[in-house]
Amino acid sequence: MVTIKEYIAPKTIEEAYELLIARKNNLILGGCGFIKIGSRNINTAIDLCNLSLDYIVENEEEILIGADTTLRQLEINNIIKNHCGGAISQGVSYIVGVQFRNMARVGASVFSRYGFSDLLPSLLVLDAKVRLYKGGVMDLKDFLEKKYEKDILLEVILPKKDGIAVYDCLRKSSGDLPIINGAMFKGNNCEYVIAIGSRPQRAKLAEKSMEALEYGASIDKVADMVVDELHFGTNMRGSREYREEMCKVLIKRMHDKVGGYHDR
Amino acid sequence: MKVTLTINNSNRTLDVRPDEFLLDTLRRLGYLSVQRGCDTSSCGLCAIWVDDEIVLSCTYLTVRATGKSITTLEGVRDEAKKFTDFLADEGAEQCGYCAPGFIMTVLAMEKELINPSEEEICHYLNGNLCRCTGYKGQIRAVKKYLESKVARGEGRWLQ
Repeated sequence: MVTIKEYIAPKTIEEAYELLIARKNNLILGGCGFIKIGSRNINTAIDLCNLSLDYIVENEEEILIGADTTLRQLEINNIIKNHCGGAISQGVSYIVGVQFRNMARVGASVFSRYGFSDLLPSLLVLDAKVRLYKGGVMDLKDFLEKKYEKDILLEVILPKKDGIAVYDCLRKSSGDLPIINGAMFKGNNCEYVIAIGSRPQRAKLAEKSMEALEYGASIDKVADMVVDELHFGTNMRGSREYREEMCKVLIKRMHDKVGGYHDR
Repeated sequence: MKVTLTINNSNRTLDVRPDEFLLDTLRRLGYLSVQRGCDTSSCGLCAIWVDDEIVLSCTYLTVRATGKSITTLEGVRDEAKKFTDFLADEGAEQCGYCAPGFIMTVLAMEKELINPSEEEICHYLNGNLCRCTGYKGQIRAVKKYLESKVARGEGRWLQ
């Protein structure tokens, strides 16, 4: 059961931050899709809807995605669909249903750092950064390693890069949470970036393995390396052993998909 | 909190708690087409439109809908009737519990997708779970409905 004592939609980010830190149980609202899972008592629920954080814009170097942008917008926006093969749009399209994606927000999805996130693997392989109100700009990779601190995620920054990224996952049924998921990027100079999520821990880069792939290791060897490099666990969706085997399958599938990119 | 909601083009001013969700507000106001299913954003039974976007009322805070236009099945009876005839003809309605959310999603899809393939239709309707049987009848009904609109010159070409 969820209880909310007060609801406020601040007019400025400063006001939102002051409210956020005023009490331990004040929090920023996302799309609220998961708000009823578990029990919580919220003193002040802070809605960012008046802060104009609903945008997807691009300049010569970057794509900027505001925190209040919905996952549905990520799915259908042409800038995101055309960025490096559309891995981000592809990844979020698996999440529950269109109604849910019309509500779920990018800021909340990234800030919450859910292990089962279908968004994080694609963002990781595309070198995303996050802009936090207090914490400033930092690599998503570093943000995911940090402990939770009270802050407001303002936007996600995607540097423009040449290459192709793909997303893939394994789930028991369409719309269910993934058993395992991942993304792979291949750049113009045959550089690779690999991220695996739903291990069931949050998505992480397989840095040693992607370096080996870049230097010519076979994909079978690299798939084994990813399993050795990353930690996998067991939950109600799958065992550690099953995830390790399926991870190898995902790595090979994604490698097949990005395979011939440099020959184009 | 006192809020003014626009529901099916009528303004309603009422007191709501900050933790009240649209599903509860709408049902208490008599919009009983809005069904409670999973109550955790998973099944699509409670689907309504807010500013013409299909959303889940079970986890949509009522205070967030202030100043927005809310549409329930009661507000689109005529549009819905045209589609439900096809649902009945295909034997796709079953117990009818999931039907309001399903119909609202089909009508939203019709506005949003141009020329949808069967795969796109299935993907769009992915968030609506039917507890009775499979989805073949529902998909047949959707396709026949869209084809009938094309035949009448009202719809867009279906692949």
